[in-house]
Amino acid sequence: MAELTYRDAVAAGIAQEMERDERVVFLGEDVAAPGGVFKATVGLIEKFGPKRVRDCPISEQAILGAAMGAAMTGLRPIAEIMFSDFLAVCWDIVANEIAKTRYMTNGQIRLPLVIRTANGGGSRFGAQHSQSVENWAMAVPGIKVVAPAFPADVKGLLAAAVRDPDPVLFFEQKSLYATKGEVPDGEHVDQLGKARVLRQGKDCTIVALALMVHRALAAAELLEKEHGISCTVVDVRSLVPLDTQTILSEVVKTGRLVTVEENPRLCGWGAEIASIVADECFWDLDGPIVRITTPHVPLPSADQLEDNTIPSVERVVREIREKVD
Amino acid sequence: MDTKTKGRKAAAADGDIGNETRLELYRSQVELRYCEKRAYDLFLQNLIKGTSHLSLGQEAIAAAFGVAMRPDDWTFCTYRGHAHTLARGASMAGVLGELMGRECGLLGGKGGSMHLTDVEHGAMGSYAIIGAHLPVAAGAAWSAQYRGSGQVAVCFFGDGTTNIGAFHEALNFSAVWSLPVVFVCENNLYMEYTPIHAVTAVPHPAADRAGAYGLEAVIVDGNDADETYRVAVKYIDRARKGGGPALIEAKTYRHSGHSRADPAKYRPEGELEKWLERDPLVIYRERLRGLGFAEGTLKDVEEAAMRKVDEATATAKASPPPSVADIEKNVWADGGAAWRN
Repeated sequence: MAELTYRDAVAAGIAQEMERDERVVFLGEDVAAPGGVFKATVGLIEKFGPKRVRDCPISEQAILGAAMGAAMTGLRPIAEIMFSDFLAVCWDIVANEIAKTRYMTNGQIRLPLVIRTANGGGSRFGAQHSQSVENWAMAVPGIKVVAPAFPADVKGLLAAAVRDPDPVLFFEQKSLYATKGEVPDGEHVDQLGKARVLRQGKDCTIVALALMVHRALAAAELLEKEHGISCTVVDVRSLVPLDTQTILSEVVKTGRLVTVEENPRLCGWGAEIASIVADECFWDLDGPIVRITTPHVPLPSADQLEDNTIPSVERVVREIREKVD
Repeated sequence: MDTKTKGRKAAAADGDIGNETRLELYRSQVELRYCEKRAYDLFLQNLIKGTSHLSLGQEAIAAAFGVAMRPDDWTFCTYRGHAHTLARGASMAGVLGELMGRECGLLGGKGGSMHLTDVEHGAMGSYAIIGAHLPVAAGAAWSAQYRGSGQVAVCFFGDGTTNIGAFHEALNFSAVWSLPVVFVCENNLYMEYTPIHAVTAVPHPAADRAGAYGLEAVIVDGNDADETYRVAVKYIDRARKGGGPALIEAKTYRHSGHSRADPAKYRPEGELEKWLERDPLVIYRERLRGLGFAEGTLKDVEEAAMRKVDEATATAKASPPPSVADIEKNVWADGGAAWRN
């Protein structure tokens, strides 16, 4: 095991796949010579050269369109969209083209490609560089949606995404780039569509994603130590495919579900999980489902405002004490 | 080397077009015309639902490029894509079957008129969002360049597309990367219901933009199959040899409205009649007769085309509707639609 940062795990995952497969190519804005604005792709151009690691103009539609055209003709592109907010600029290519083409052509066209993007808040960037938009992607049939919380998952799930025959939208939480974690040595490939139980408790099951996983874990620690409330924490990791088996079985064990989401309130991913749990294990619940989300506002930038908008450890503790205990 | 390839080489070399190629250009135009007319008739019989954007009057462009392309080259086209898909050799029953929502359709009834695709014949999709497929064609060209396969992507679109962002992104991107892609603007004078000149800052919507991307301004008479074929051979060949992208503006005119819903009443009086005199099939038939092609030879081509359309129609009509079980098939590469375990 080596300790890597979340950002280094991105480069390690891409490098592992490029070494293995000549068809893997990587393109985006400022990704090659500059090594990425978040320094998540440093060293790739030196290792693989400018034919496989390419800087692009500020043309998000061209970047994703090129990835799509390359994927349907035999390459396995990884495309970077610098900030997930910019997906709105090229959403046609994502939602109308990449997601639907396989289905509309009755399986004639396959699109094995990965779109990596820096998602989420916590960096004081304001409402156009901080959104959590994984729920946008989840709403469109035909794209897989992954959002890792730890460096090991970044590398393993990215490798799995590159090897997957379908298009994958890979959300990296930008506030996590500097965090560190153990990453297995040698080739590391994980599996899409598997949630992970990080902590087992008796009173409540917290289901979280990306940055919120870290906050859920910290909240669970405090709830246990200071308030005697024992929580299970499930890291969803992949919204599509969704590991409903793990989520449902962990909810049944504690009888309570709390989702912790960075998405704004309406139609955040937790709403879908709440709906599934209500449908399929209602009689195993001991109380109402609790959704802890960002309020339904664009994300503000000032310290004081952003910190009080995105669910914090304190807020998770408070809401669980009030609503679950 | 087959005779088809020989014909192309000759044209590229001396600027002339062999008789065999000329007959192929005529055959292709006639088939496209008859099939589009049949599609219109089937609409009137309510056997085709939804919408449909016919290429009536614009067949010379699809035919010329179809004949000029190598079998492993790729076509990307718009929702007005019946002709381009057929011109690559797609099954006519597959096309009409798809329009009619039958099991035998190219897409098994999943896509309809606006999404015709036949990967086996290099028809890499019909894209119904204006401009979306230009970057996709660039990506296919990138893949050809990366693999050194010598393939070329040819991307067709209308004049209206020149005013959307993806057009400009794709041209710049392709020029910077020197990609083997040929962009073909079919300027039929109208973006949907509005004259293109009323909404465009320059008189030639594609050619006048070429210079912005370091490309040559190329304008061709899109109703003349020979002229279009020569331009197609020249720029496809150049792209194949590493000479980078091209942007071609082919002037043409659609004989019908934008779509099935459009009676095209916005056209000034006499305009259609003027263009009907320049009907690409009429022009080409006269030219072939002038070049000494026998009336019987051309009649044979026309009768064979009509038989082909009739047979395709019968096959499509006989095909059952797709199975309801297909709804949840082919979202994913495993053939299914599961989003959860």
